[in-house]
Amino acid sequence: MTETAMTQTQKSRFQNFDFKTAGPAIALIILCIIGFLLNPAFLSEGNITNLLTRSAFIGIIAVGATFVITAGGIDLSVGSMAAVIAGVMIIVMNGAVETFGTGVTTVLIGCGCSVILGLGAGFINGFLTTKGKIEAFIVTLGTMGIFRSLVTYFADGGTLSLNYDIRGVYRPVYYDSFAGLPIPVWVFIVVAICGWLLLNRTAFGRYCTAIGSNESVAKYSAIRVDRIKTWTYVLQGLCVSLATIIYVPRLGSASSSTGVLWELEAIAAVIIGGTVLKGGYGRIGGTILGALILTTIGNILNFTDMISNYLNGTMQGLIIIVAVWLQRGDWGRKHKNN
Amino acid sequence: MKTLSKISTLAVAATMSLAGFASAETIKIGVSYPTPTHAWAAGMNWHAEQAEKRLEALYPDVDLVLINSPDPSAQASALEDLVSVHGIDALVVLPFESEPLTDPVLNVKKSGALITVVDRGLSQPGIEDIYVAGNNPELGRVSAQYMKTRLESGDNIVVLRGIPTLIDNERFDAFMAEMEGSGVNILDHKHANWNRDDGFEVMQDFLSRFPDIDAVWAQDDDIAIGVVAALKQAGRDGDGMFVVGGAGMKETIKGIMDGNELVPVDVLYPPSMIATAMDVTVAAFKSNGPVAGRYILGATLITQENAASFYFPDSPF
Repeated sequence: MTETAMTQTQKSRFQNFDFKTAGPAIALIILCIIGFLLNPAFLSEGNITNLLTRSAFIGIIAVGATFVITAGGIDLSVGSMAAVIAGVMIIVMNGAVETFGTGVTTVLIGCGCSVILGLGAGFINGFLTTKGKIEAFIVTLGTMGIFRSLVTYFADGGTLSLNYDIRGVYRPVYYDSFAGLPIPVWVFIVVAICGWLLLNRTAFGRYCTAIGSNESVAKYSAIRVDRIKTWTYVLQGLCVSLATIIYVPRLGSASSSTGVLWELEAIAAVIIGGTVLKGGYGRIGGTILGALILTTIGNILNFTDMISNYLNGTMQGLIIIVAVWLQRGDWGRKHKNN
Repeated sequence: MKTLSKISTLAVAATMSLAGFASAETIKIGVSYPTPTHAWAAGMNWHAEQAEKRLEALYPDVDLVLINSPDPSAQASALEDLVSVHGIDALVVLPFESEPLTDPVLNVKKSGALITVVDRGLSQPGIEDIYVAGNNPELGRVSAQYMKTRLESGDNIVVLRGIPTLIDNERFDAFMAEMEGSGVNILDHKHANWNRDDGFEVMQDFLSRFPDIDAVWAQDDDIAIGVVAALKQAGRDGDGMFVVGGAGMKETIKGIMDGNELVPVDVLYPPSMIATAMDVTVAAFKSNGPVAGRYILGATLITQENAASFYFPDSPF
């Protein structure tokens, strides 16, 4: 074998390595190595569990956002939606104590209420976007403001707190573990698997991708564009309600500061994961990694005092941009043209 | 005929004097503050409403007009309305932001009204006649003094800070200055943004990072709630561990009254300061003593002994 041939094989191996798919995973591994070097306690069981549990909120919401974005939409209302659902859940559960006691029934009523609200709020977003023919950005910007002010109103500007007796029953949903993993992580895993199947193995997923790449063509191909798009928002609402169901038992409270900027974190997780912001290509696996990356950044920054607290936002911004660049940059492709 | 004209003159005179009484004798005081968007501000709103009821019952000739505004420009318009529509004799204002509201408040002063500024100073000195505020450096200092009574040299604490602002810096710098030379190690300090969720996550990370923590300065009652949840989750809430918050949230104060060992004290930064400001402003019209000046409220250490006098179960905060 001549030397040129050898470099060529190496080069082609390098080219075969798909940076687009592996980008988020590489970024996450690099982050973990940095975290471990800064402080070995980063990889302690307790910290990993914390990380995974924390990622569950944004991760579950981001799975929903993957569908919305893949189908060419956007949902800015998810953070406020989570806050208002959490608020109403708390009010309903506190109110149900008198009739149903402080048992599992009350918690189930709260959860049921959360799911109904999530589906309803998602449907409103979807309906206004499709039948109302208003841009998704504007519709969800509007509902974002509405939901946020509603929770402030319900809480009278303060904080809504869950009845202490129900907390005892509901608390395990966040704090308990099953087979070594906290329950929120299990919910996250189940949502992720369902999301992956739905996007990659069903007609619905293919329709989402088709609508996102070209809505007109999708329409002429006899896809019910409006219906599918509305469904993506309903799905997003369902994901928000699931995230809220595992969020409420954590601190048992909701206020106007609940879920602030979750919408941007969810969208960032989706894009870091390789889904295209303008639609037409979605990756659930990437979204999960994106959510993990975002949480890991915050975690690492808490593990070191090398970086000024005031620069936390800078570090987060840089890492997000680098993580996306890792998969978007024309890695190795230029060499092919040469 | 003569009697009739006499009566009518009397009647006219009476009506005139009544009208004159209403306009000249009623003391109108405008109270302007931001629309509550967080618990502390909601508590302030509640205390302002309580003070309005109490003062109007006490002085029938005092009329308080409460207006809250969602942003600085809305507050500027509200101030204009208070002058033009209500013709106020005095203004109690908690400015949204110092810079954009300095001129609007100055205009109110030009109308001849007495000015009371609460909590956040204006960017020009000399506008306000009365200034009422909490004491941020004192909050840090009092917290540190309490820490020193409970800790020994070589003990470890972590600090959770608020949102990066002047208020946070004042509290933090005073705390650090007071702790200096005590031999207590301050392992690290991170911003938890006066928020329960951030308090929970930052504390979780501190707990993973530092195996030995003896106490936590959370600076704020909301952060402290998150910190306590994280401590309980990690099972590290025993062994004399304690958390010091601040502000005076009713749940925290209730806990102190009940002898909660994990959060044994609180340092006051009272939302009721608006009520103090309203009282002082009314006193400017009613008291026979001088009232103008600066009122800096103490950052009282709330313990089990004095907690009852700071407990308002009906307030949202």
